[in-house]
Amino acid sequence: MDDFSSGQILVNLLLAARWTVGLTLVAFVGGGVVGMAILIARIDHRSWLRRSATSYIGLFQRTPLLMQLFLVFFGLPLVGIRIEPWLAAGLGLTFYAGAYLAEIWRGGVEALPRGQWEAAAALELSAAARLGLVILPQALRMTLPPAVGFLVQLVKATAVTSIIGFSELMKTANAINNATFEPFTVYGMVAIIYFALCFPLTTYARRLEAAPSR
Amino acid sequence: MLDFSWLVADAFWTMGRGAATTLILIIVVTACGTVLSVVGAAVRRGRNKLLRQAIGGYVELIRNTPFLVQLFFIFFGLPSLGIRLSNLAAAALAMTLNMAAYGVEIMRAGLDAVPRGQWEAADSLGLTRYRVFVAVILPQALRVIFPALSGQIVITMLESAVVSQIAVRDLTYEGDILQARTFRPFETYLIVTGIYFLLATMMQRALHAGAVRWLFGGRR
Repeated sequence: MDDFSSGQILVNLLLAARWTVGLTLVAFVGGGVVGMAILIARIDHRSWLRRSATSYIGLFQRTPLLMQLFLVFFGLPLVGIRIEPWLAAGLGLTFYAGAYLAEIWRGGVEALPRGQWEAAAALELSAAARLGLVILPQALRMTLPPAVGFLVQLVKATAVTSIIGFSELMKTANAINNATFEPFTVYGMVAIIYFALCFPLTTYARRLEAAPSR
Repeated sequence: MLDFSWLVADAFWTMGRGAATTLILIIVVTACGTVLSVVGAAVRRGRNKLLRQAIGGYVELIRNTPFLVQLFFIFFGLPSLGIRLSNLAAAALAMTLNMAAYGVEIMRAGLDAVPRGQWEAADSLGLTRYRVFVAVILPQALRVIFPALSGQIVITMLESAVVSQIAVRDLTYEGDILQARTFRPFETYLIVTGIYFLLATMMQRALHAGAVRWLFGGRR
């Protein structure tokens, strides 16, 4: 059996934390793309598109993340893609992040005065330019604090991907715990590492919220 | 192709039992978590600085670590301190501590929303500090924060899916057992996910109806 000192445990956990950070970034960027598509559908003039976007958001917000990951994990083989934990984790969290980001941004878009749309239309801007040049820049800036807050939620969500076998921080902790039988030390350190990742973001989000929005 | 031929009475019975466990767990946790949230929020605004900071630190610690880590720390880590809990007790404790941390912040916002004049008015009626809080301030605060609180309850129920990892026989756990027997994991988890969706929707409706009945006196 491997003999781990506390220092070695910490080093191994920190190395595994890179995957937690990597997965978070992939899901946040991917979720940003998906979320933008859902947002555009959500505020479209066609009601079937709006309704589909609302259903998408509702489905992700009313089902457990673990089930979403299981469905991607076991669903991929059904469409002929070989199961890989990293792929299922990345895709699952991307879809998940997309739903939450779309909902956050929708709040920003709806908080803008109607006059912004009307002024943009009066300038004869195309629909894409109205959204891309006038509405979104304001809405995204306004919703920066909740978006950063969601990033914290996403870091914590990556821990669930250990259950479908993705070797991030939590999965590595379970493996080390099985080898050392020191759960108090191992999970204590894991908690501290997650805290070190999340707390600065939480503080940053809070500061953004307190700052007067320009 | 999708195959639902395994979906017979026996499977429904298994999933129903799991859903009942999930539901009972969240009801117990909601009761304990809400009480702890109120107490925590009251202390957080109280006069004792040390207690205020302790609650603040606790809230930050829970809110900045994953629930799964909290659960494993309580179930696997605490026995080395001599605190040994059954899997169900560990799950209930982890969920309660988690909900309370979010609840304290929600309750605090609600208490802040009650105008100072309400304290002064109740004070001038000669009520004790405790009576002022419970009879005058708290009901008003609860009305303000009700949407956030009920949202948090649903979120906690959905997050509870991971307690299956310490072998609590909740809805997810029964789904795991079922898919191992049927070899149809996708179809099984699709149905389980649907049940979670129904539970979340039903809980939201029930909480809303309860609030209208008890918090808003039948109006609204």
